[in-house]
Amino acid sequence: MLALDPSFLAVQALSGLSSASSLFIAACGLTIVFGVTRIVNFAHGSLYMIGAYTAATLIPRLLDLSFGPMTFWAGILASALIVGLIGVIIEVLLLRRIYGAPELFQLLATFGVVLVVQDLVVQVFGPEDILGPRAPGLRAPVEILGRRFPSYELVLIAAGPVVLGLVWLLLRRTRFGVLVRAATQDRDMVASLGVNQAMLFTGTLFLGAFLAGLGGALQIPRVSAHTGMDLSIIAEAFVVTVVGGMGSVPGAFLAALIIGQLQAFGILIVPKSTLVVVFLLMAVVLAIRPYGFFGRAEVVGGSHAVGIASRKPLPGRFAMLLAVVAGLACLPLVADAYLLKVATEILIFALFAFSLQLLIGVGGVVSFGHAAFFGLGAYGAALAVKWFGLSMEAALPAGLALAALGAGLIGAFVVRLSGIYLAMMTLAAAQILFAVAFQWVEVTGGDNGIVGVWPAGWAGGPVPYYLLTAALTVVAVLLLRRIIDAPFGYALRAARDSEARAEAIGLTIRRHRWLAFMIAGAAAGLAGGLYAFSRGSVDPSLLGISTSVDALTMLLLGGIQTVMGPLAGAAVLHALRDWVMPLTSLWRLMLGLSIIAMVLIFPRGLVGTVRDWWEARE
Amino acid sequence: MVKISAIRWLALGAVLALGAPAVHAQQAPIKIGELNSYARQAAFTVPYRNGWQLALDEINAKGGVLGRKIEIVSREDGATTGDATRVADELVTREGAILLFGSFLSNVGVAMADYANQKKIVYIAAEPLTDAITMAQGNRYTFRIRPNNTMQVGMLVDQAKASGAKRWAIVAPNYEYGQSAAQAFKRLIQERVPGAQIVVEQYPALGKIEAGATVSAIEQAKPDGIFNVLFGPDLTQFVREGNTRGLFEGATVLSLLTGEPEWLLPLKDEVPEGWTVTGYPWDQITEPKHKAFVDAYRAKYNDTPRLGSLLGYMVVYMIRDAVERAGSTDTEAIIKALEDAKFDTVIGPVTMRGIDNQSSMGAWVGKLVLKGAAGGMADWAYKDGTSFMPTEAEVKAVRKD
Repeated sequence: MLALDPSFLAVQALSGLSSASSLFIAACGLTIVFGVTRIVNFAHGSLYMIGAYTAATLIPRLLDLSFGPMTFWAGILASALIVGLIGVIIEVLLLRRIYGAPELFQLLATFGVVLVVQDLVVQVFGPEDILGPRAPGLRAPVEILGRRFPSYELVLIAAGPVVLGLVWLLLRRTRFGVLVRAATQDRDMVASLGVNQAMLFTGTLFLGAFLAGLGGALQIPRVSAHTGMDLSIIAEAFVVTVVGGMGSVPGAFLAALIIGQLQAFGILIVPKSTLVVVFLLMAVVLAIRPYGFFGRAEVVGGSHAVGIASRKPLPGRFAMLLAVVAGLACLPLVADAYLLKVATEILIFALFAFSLQLLIGVGGVVSFGHAAFFGLGAYGAALAVKWFGLSMEAALPAGLALAALGAGLIGAFVVRLSGIYLAMMTLAAAQILFAVAFQWVEVTGGDNGIVGVWPAGWAGGPVPYYLLTAALTVVAVLLLRRIIDAPFGYALRAARDSEARAEAIGLTIRRHRWLAFMIAGAAAGLAGGLYAFSRGSVDPSLLGISTSVDALTMLLLGGIQTVMGPLAGAAVLHALRDWVMPLTSLWRLMLGLSIIAMVLIFPRGLVGTVRDWWEARE
Repeated sequence: MVKISAIRWLALGAVLALGAPAVHAQQAPIKIGELNSYARQAAFTVPYRNGWQLALDEINAKGGVLGRKIEIVSREDGATTGDATRVADELVTREGAILLFGSFLSNVGVAMADYANQKKIVYIAAEPLTDAITMAQGNRYTFRIRPNNTMQVGMLVDQAKASGAKRWAIVAPNYEYGQSAAQAFKRLIQERVPGAQIVVEQYPALGKIEAGATVSAIEQAKPDGIFNVLFGPDLTQFVREGNTRGLFEGATVLSLLTGEPEWLLPLKDEVPEGWTVTGYPWDQITEPKHKAFVDAYRAKYNDTPRLGSLLGYMVVYMIRDAVERAGSTDTEAIIKALEDAKFDTVIGPVTMRGIDNQSSMGAWVGKLVLKGAAGGMADWAYKDGTSFMPTEAEVKAVRKD
């Protein structure tokens, strides 16, 4: 092939190096912040985006003052500083209040920030993409082996190692750096030694945000600042930090180098593979090295393992169940077609969130990629309709089977891991499936999805489809409840609370978790299939990060420590979204603020808070 | 859950109570549903919203249509197929919209066409350009205003014949619109330019281009012609990277939509001069009706119009005409009033062809030039869509209805 031409290979490798450098600068703040605060900061991508927008707006004004080319670089630094200050604001106003909360809550809160920033950026900087100025003096390309290569890319290639060196100096040669490293190793010990934690954490957030802003600002000569930057960088930054080992800066550098080269050469071999290679790399690395290149085993359990505890069954719960079922059955008598549609969706999401509860609340297996099974169920059903002409009655079980199968396969890899790496592996699995659905256009229809997935004639109207969904959801939820209260469920809880003791009494933890994965996957698959038929189409967003976050939000909102929490969470979140969205064009801002408010006000979830209040009264 | 439904009811009641008093004074307005990707594709859709708002205000100031005011209920379509059909359902079942229009991405347009067919409601695809909407996936409920991919690519390929370029590269976003445009290009270039071949194809994911790698992969194949379908942030990065590496020097470049202000303005002074593009030279069009539109737009928004503004403005007037001629808000009557109907628009007469529901709106074809600090079009001409449409036989061969 032509690709054997050495000058071409050299230029391609240089391109890879420059994207590696950019990726490293963007991701290394994430890994430092995680190391110290143990917060997986979803908003890191938003800070990166703000950096790019700020630089693209600020630098042209600075250049107009005509103080020479240094203003460009000063502008980059100024933008990074501004973003660093924004990081401080986020730390002081939000993160400081939730360090003690379960990891998932912190994740959710930072996702709330992502939503808020998305709307604010459009409000502040306007809807149009902003193309920043080129670096003065670096407009012309350089000749490398007879090919032109942008000189700014060479600067970027150098910037990565420079940042690595400076961060290394900061961490090794300053008191702040010593504290950061100490906190990365053992946060509690640092606290007991009397170090001012508030200052340390604020400083770390400043450093992390500064680096994110720097990463974004450095991009403006090659990329226009636009609104999709946050989520596209955050997924790759996660991969870099996980592959390198969470908290390890040199690890992140190595990971970024590998990813840059994989992307540069992957595009030649399989032009459509760009999305999938990074996550495949992550899956392969985690399968071989469960803590990434330079990561360490985490202290398992600790204060963060939360979930359903055993309680006395409520008196009269059978009567309550009957009342709920009767209420659900009677809804069509009073509700119009649209309300029924909303109710149908709430039921579907309730089942989806409930299936996640089995993994997180019962099993302590934190999955960031539950959308994988929801999407597999939806795609399974849609593909069965499209390619095999199956009816809805046959397609729904097909979707469920595909989801269970996928869960079995993914679970087999995932149960070997723990903590944040496990969560990231599930995210990688979901992203790989997303990429397959997105890029395997011939089968899945790619971004177009599959349309024409409508229910069978007898279930076509809003009322029959609602009743069908209600019946299936109630049966599935009752079955899952039974499983949670069965010895199997108790075994999962035992493994969640103390792996060592559970193993000592002879429980096979991995096999139990693997089974839990398949059961939860099947339930999520059923929800996905029902969802596909209620909308008439499937598309890759069903497998995307935001679908996984939806499930997590519903679960945490309702209350992770209660069995029925996810059902209430699904109802509240979906109703809220349905209600807020039409009222304002700033619905993401509203949703983000409500998520943050809820994390701060109801850290035990709605149902959990109500129950605590009830019990305190007695 | 029952409790939650009650809360929803109350919420709904509150919304209705707040919204209701204003409209009781006279006859209820005609509700039209609109959905678009206002968040993700703001560069196009925000000017587009300004455009339809301007038309709406003008129409209602003159008393509306059929003696009733028009109300447009506008929603965010989330830029995904599922969200769009979900929102459409809300517009139809809760808001009681008599017809739907809008959407930006082609894949969303295709899903909306399917939805329209399923729910038997008129959907006017304003912007989505894929052929599928009026060809293979077309149906009697779905209409399209803008010239589709085959028509716009046809206009460009005609310009390419003279250049003599034979070795072509294709770069297109990897979703319905890009795939459809690439397909149309492959078909038309081989039909009309004997000996033309495609030497390299690059399909970056929408919004996720790796510009450096894409440019050098194209460069490697040494094409003498490049057909570009990228737009938005992808286009900006591609152009900058291509300019730096000299990709466009000596090559004939055909580019869809790049002459439209929404995609041209972000390029600033890096406009790739000499590209043959479809676009919208709004400041050079001298027809009085169009000038009046531009003046009204600039007066109202203190901003220059984009193609989206023109489109939004035209669509609402065409809907007004159709409802007026139908004499009612009944779906069948509106379909009848749209099919084979002639509309007098600010850019001249436009006909809605009945056989595939594709309008004859054309496009401006010209070359990109740098004017001061921003780009513009030169040597342009307005090409009416009629002669570029797929033939009736082609339509009949692929449409299922």
